[in-house]
Amino acid sequence: MPDLREILEVLLLQNYNTRLVVLSTTLLGIAAGLVGSFLLLRKRSLMGDALSHATLPGVAIAFAVMVALGGSGKSLPGLLLGATLSGIAGVATMLLIRHTTRLRDDVAMGFVLSVFFGVGVASLRMVQSMPGASAAGLESFIYGKTASMVSSDFLLISLVAGLSSLACLLFLKEFLLLCFDDGFAAAQGWPTLFLDVLLLGLVTAVTVIGLQSVGLILVIAFLITPPTAARFWTQRLIPMLLIAALIGGISGWLGASLSALTPQLPAGAVIVIVAALLFVLSMIFAPARGVIPRWIHQSRLRRKVDRQHLLRAAYEILEVQAGSAPVVNEPFPLALLLTKRSWTPRQLRRILKTARREDHLEPAAPDKILLSESGFGEASRATRNHRLWETYLIQYADIAPSHVDRDADMVEHILGAKLVRQLEAYLSDHDLALPVPPSPHSLEPSANP
Amino acid sequence: MHTESLNTQSTFPTRHSEARPEHPPGIPLAIHDLTVAYHRKPVLWDIELNIPEGKLVGVVGPNGAGKSTLLKACLDLVPLSSGWAHIYGKPYRKNRHRVAYVPQRESVDWDFPVNAIDVVAMGAYRRVGWFRRVGKAENERAMEALEQVGIGHLARRQISQLSGGQQQRVFLARALMQDADLYLMDEPFAAVDAATEEAIVDLLRKLSERGKTCLVVHHDLATVTTYFDWLVLLNMRVVADGPAAETFTRDNLQKTYGGKLSLLEKAAEALRSTPH
Repeated sequence: MPDLREILEVLLLQNYNTRLVVLSTTLLGIAAGLVGSFLLLRKRSLMGDALSHATLPGVAIAFAVMVALGGSGKSLPGLLLGATLSGIAGVATMLLIRHTTRLRDDVAMGFVLSVFFGVGVASLRMVQSMPGASAAGLESFIYGKTASMVSSDFLLISLVAGLSSLACLLFLKEFLLLCFDDGFAAAQGWPTLFLDVLLLGLVTAVTVIGLQSVGLILVIAFLITPPTAARFWTQRLIPMLLIAALIGGISGWLGASLSALTPQLPAGAVIVIVAALLFVLSMIFAPARGVIPRWIHQSRLRRKVDRQHLLRAAYEILEVQAGSAPVVNEPFPLALLLTKRSWTPRQLRRILKTARREDHLEPAAPDKILLSESGFGEASRATRNHRLWETYLIQYADIAPSHVDRDADMVEHILGAKLVRQLEAYLSDHDLALPVPPSPHSLEPSANP
Repeated sequence: MHTESLNTQSTFPTRHSEARPEHPPGIPLAIHDLTVAYHRKPVLWDIELNIPEGKLVGVVGPNGAGKSTLLKACLDLVPLSSGWAHIYGKPYRKNRHRVAYVPQRESVDWDFPVNAIDVVAMGAYRRVGWFRRVGKAENERAMEALEQVGIGHLARRQISQLSGGQQQRVFLARALMQDADLYLMDEPFAAVDAATEEAIVDLLRKLSERGKTCLVVHHDLATVTTYFDWLVLLNMRVVADGPAAETFTRDNLQKTYGGKLSLLEKAAEALRSTPH
């Protein structure tokens, strides 16, 4: 195991051997986050996967050609050029299948992915048996490896990553329109085909420069995971792009560093695991759409609904008890509450316990319920809002009075003070005179024998 | 070939010559001999249409009659097998700026990370041009457009948190941003609440008072004559077109809807004749 000093050296880019690799993978991550965001929003993730698999034959063929020309065959720019050409051939095949046959898109992608990858694996085996050439290390293009890097390779990867990121920002508005509504974009006269090809070109560029460190199998995860994670944090495009770039950059930096410290681990896998961890954290904790914030929000809403149901039920019981006299706060039998709603005794006990904690109930005899002063006030307020809403629905939305109670129950909890005032204004002619307007339907429980 | 047709135009107007005498150049939408086919199956056949200026035009017909395709054909979004559609006397690509398009609401993913006002601003993208950001002036116009459709207070709301009717209003506001003369709307009344329906009708009337022309794909036969003053009854071909009151006849509807409508009518007659 590496000790702390070694770890810090790598993470802080002090180690010369790994500095270039870690830095280039970080830049790659930023570009992948930006380009991947648009790939995801365009709903073309599968196409990206097919594309990355289609690069393998090009790597093998480029190696063979370079050896035949008398080189070592290991020049990175040459290999990446081969990968690019064969990736483009893969995309072209997909588009050809789509436009000339009536096969579905996923069939075309599956076909290109498997056939090109198969050809790639076969030709890799063939070039490895070529006399006088050592093709060892070409497999790293499949799983990724943080090999040490010469500075010209570093420059190439950084330049492509930088230009791809820049293109995403430059074409922000155009890509946004293409991804959201391509029909509208075309009707407005934007060249949607050109924009689609440009976007796929950027995906190709990021895929190709990611081949060495991430590998062609996992590069799609590097493109898709950061934007998917970013989507949990925000509802807007520009923050999503920035967060995706950040998550991509962090995954690249941490992943490449960890893999440099433990060379037996394939770099691509480590990078993707780091990205996946950030994804899981985002999914659970992110405030905009994360699981826990959403759960907290929902349970708060449920408690509020329960409380209002309880108080309104209590108020309506008191109303029936008072008859035509003004409603007064007095103890009433617990059993009456159970007839008002479809509560189980256990649910009701839980709701009553919460109400006691919130000081809405006063202590009373064991089978009796007595509202506190604040509870009674809250109860008449909740009942009033509910009645206003019910009346509104009946008057303005043509709902049969027998169906109104259910809908009103669901909606009134969401009503803000502003809307309640609007409703009061709508209904002022017959409602404002009373603190709680009379219920527009009968209060006798219909299911009661 | 092109020059030849130009030379002969004065004496022998060819079938596809650009300005046929019966189409004055000012007409918002003129369609001649238009046929569209998907995979060899024709969807629209020999369409001949002249839409007069300033009218609210309803396009009515059964499912699969080619109503959406007709709009898309006018917008160059589908390849034409024959014929042409001219906007104010010119091909669409030359008069694009005079046309606004409201696609069907279901045609986009509403869980997209943008706010209502971002979508409305898309209507100004063509004016803004390549690479440039949407400026303050355009954002103010977007806000005004949202207010015109009655949802200015929802400008900063993410679009998935809008109701169906509100989403439809966002699309209409985007079309208003385009500041066009001809509005092509694909089912703006589909699955919206009563208040939105009223707001859309109001907006359509205001547009037509200002001399704008609106071509609206519509489903609800009950409201056709109250909403529109011109009608196109479509079922692969144009069955009838003209002023709404004259065109909306039992006979024409029978021809448009064929068996489906007659079945309904027979059922209705049977009910009426049963002694009760």
